[in-house]
Amino acid sequence: MGAPLTVQGLSIVAGNSTLVDNLSFSVQPGEVLALIGESGSGKTTTALALMGYARSGCRISAGRVKIGETDVLALDAARQRSLRGRTVSYIAQSAAASFNPSRTIMDQVVEPTVIHGLCKRAEAEAKAVQLFRELALPDPDNIGSRYPHQVSGGQLQRLMAAMALIGDPDLVILDEPTTALDVTTQIEVLRAFRRVVRERRATAVYVSHDLAVVAQMADHILVLRNGKMSELNATEQILSAPVDDYTKCLLAAARPAVRASGQASGDSALLLEVKELSCGYGPVDAKGQPAKLILQDINLKLYRGQAIGVIGESGSGKTTLARAVAGLLKPCHGSVTFDGHALKPTLQQRSPEELRRIQIVFQMADTALNPSQTIWRILARPLQFYKGLRGEPLKQRIYELLDLVKLPRTVADRLPGGLSGGQKQRVNLARALAAEPDLILCDEVTSALDTVVAAAVLDLMAELRRELGVSYLFISHDLHTVRSVCDEIVVMQHGRKLSQVARADYDRGPHHPYYQLLARSVPELRRGWLDDMDHAAKTAAAAHPTREIHA
Amino acid sequence: METSTSPTVVSAAALLAPAPQERRRPLRWLAGFGPTGLLGLAVLLFWLLAALLGPWLLSHSAAGTGTSNVFAPISAKHWLGTDYLGRDMLALVVEGARYTIGVALFATLLASGTGITLALLAAASGRWIDAVLSRGLDTLTAIPSKMFALIMVAGFGSSVPMLVVTAGIIYVPGAYRMARSLAVNINALDYVTVARTRGEGTLYIMLREILPNILGPMLADLGLRFVYVVLLLASLSFLGLGIQPPAADWGSLVRENIGALAMGGASVIVPALAIASLTIAVNLVIDNLPGRAARERGVR
Repeated sequence: MGAPLTVQGLSIVAGNSTLVDNLSFSVQPGEVLALIGESGSGKTTTALALMGYARSGCRISAGRVKIGETDVLALDAARQRSLRGRTVSYIAQSAAASFNPSRTIMDQVVEPTVIHGLCKRAEAEAKAVQLFRELALPDPDNIGSRYPHQVSGGQLQRLMAAMALIGDPDLVILDEPTTALDVTTQIEVLRAFRRVVRERRATAVYVSHDLAVVAQMADHILVLRNGKMSELNATEQILSAPVDDYTKCLLAAARPAVRASGQASGDSALLLEVKELSCGYGPVDAKGQPAKLILQDINLKLYRGQAIGVIGESGSGKTTLARAVAGLLKPCHGSVTFDGHALKPTLQQRSPEELRRIQIVFQMADTALNPSQTIWRILARPLQFYKGLRGEPLKQRIYELLDLVKLPRTVADRLPGGLSGGQKQRVNLARALAAEPDLILCDEVTSALDTVVAAAVLDLMAELRRELGVSYLFISHDLHTVRSVCDEIVVMQHGRKLSQVARADYDRGPHHPYYQLLARSVPELRRGWLDDMDHAAKTAAAAHPTREIHA
Repeated sequence: METSTSPTVVSAAALLAPAPQERRRPLRWLAGFGPTGLLGLAVLLFWLLAALLGPWLLSHSAAGTGTSNVFAPISAKHWLGTDYLGRDMLALVVEGARYTIGVALFATLLASGTGITLALLAAASGRWIDAVLSRGLDTLTAIPSKMFALIMVAGFGSSVPMLVVTAGIIYVPGAYRMARSLAVNINALDYVTVARTRGEGTLYIMLREILPNILGPMLADLGLRFVYVVLLLASLSFLGLGIQPPAADWGSLVRENIGALAMGGASVIVPALAIASLTIAVNLVIDNLPGRAARERGVR
């Protein structure tokens, strides 16, 4: 069913810079090729070029793209349009943003057949229901009459796959289709995608930054770096014996090493104690209970120099916990004790000294740094505010901080817009360190970063902990990350703490079933992991029949 | 950045180094405008000079001196023709520039300045201040602007400061709404939260964290508001509530000479062109303010 894809000498330029440089590869019918690389390496640009499309400002300057016998780039605009959605189809990263919220799912799924006039509406709908069934969607007969906001993110992603496959395309392009999903949802979606791709023998190009995911899906892997091909080889070959240095680097980053903690947890003083903490949003009723309770009865102890990971799916209340500790949200019940003193519930009531000792680092470095302030001013402010530094000592301290987070001193005069994601996250950390805090609340600090960059930031954080003795409350949805940095893991679901696992017990059971589910759902960097998971799938589904609804 | 030189050398270098940089900076700043921005800047400068120096350059005031030569075409004696009373159009337009630019500019600055300040206060402080300010200014929106101007003029008489204040008050709610919606979005961003957890005061958050990030759109809004004020001023003059004859702003010049439109007389076209050129120039300058493109590139 799939057609062979051949790409020869593809080059894409934007102004004077070359985004994709002389790329050549081919995919046999029914095979899956993965494009992998860090952000900005030209993965998506290449994938879009396979449909003859270049984003505004970009231009396909040279090369040939052949799908079957069709030379895509030689076609005029109208013929390219008739090709898209029919011969080539595209599954985007964020399905939530790709669906029109005001039309039913069925209307949108059959749209490619309507636009290209492939078949009658009734036929198309029957085919769509068949696809829903193949993609293991719940209630395949009726899900089409729902609206996009009435299904979960993972289901939407699969519905988008149905939309892409309904025209029986020769080539399917999957652009980071599971990146925005929780691990437990991701595994469902991956499983559905792989089965459909295998059964239909479609040719597919899978764009991702996650080697472990790609290992489950792809026959061949193409490693891209700065628009150039670093390595193209069979998946087994890449995983077991990478040739290129950059591929080795990617592989190393995907297998997170445990970072030494430096200090043992038991012998140091109690720093933070959270007791029976509950909080929520919305109006408060007569009994002091808010309308929507997010956190319920959380207990937590953190010793000086310790790092505790908080893990859970989106909506489990992880971030709310950090906000309550930071004083951004007033708890409705319970107490937070910091270094022997009870912390007041709101920011206004806390003293500057208390505020200084707890700093928060946010997930999105883009929104955490004021775009109109230079790095110098961003770092100088906490120093001036807490310590009243000025003149030469201020300058020295800023340079020390930049050295500490391994940034060149020249960035001080730049604005955040001129820094890369990893650099911004380092500035973000440096700002928190400027206050010389005892506790840093890290909210998904590496989630928005590429694997290699994230690994470097994690290394830095572990190093800072060893040298400065700061403690972390490390919030993440990624079990790998948490395991590599933290001494203990707190597992949260629906606003409750389910269990707490110490480092020594990470790999020893038995644990809470939800922790085990999370641990199992993290893709492993080997082929056949997903096949192994399929055997366990039935038991997992039986243990959590309601999970899909909450996801 | 780190220098191992002795302090005297450093201070000497510090004295010497900034000087050429300071001299080059205005030019570089001007180059940042780009061709269209520079065009707007030139037109704006021309009208500002006309408003400031014009009456002094023209030997006689035209307002009082009518001739029988009504709606005269462009000639050597009357460069821009004459109006419906036979007065020299050039002198009238130059004198009108003072009223139009003066009143419109100050009223706009007053409206946007007050609006932005209140909006920042509303966004950065608590729910109650926000609610009181928002509902209070909503009430102001409910009063028709012309009616409000009528009441103000009836109550306090018509004078230039009066007109500035009236136009200012009328356009505060619009500027406030605009600025508040922008500021509320900025206020929800992480860097403002970080500033709050640091223990920063409301004033710092208003001026340092929020204001620089809403300035771009608010300047665009200021340009638009300027146009509205010019139009309001013209319509007030039409009702006889604006600038009082024999003095005339550009809006009233257009209205007074509307009779010349059928003949294609310069006396109606020139003040209309003046209004158009001024408003377009203001918007060109604001749209091309240097620093915007640079900020997107991430350099200073």
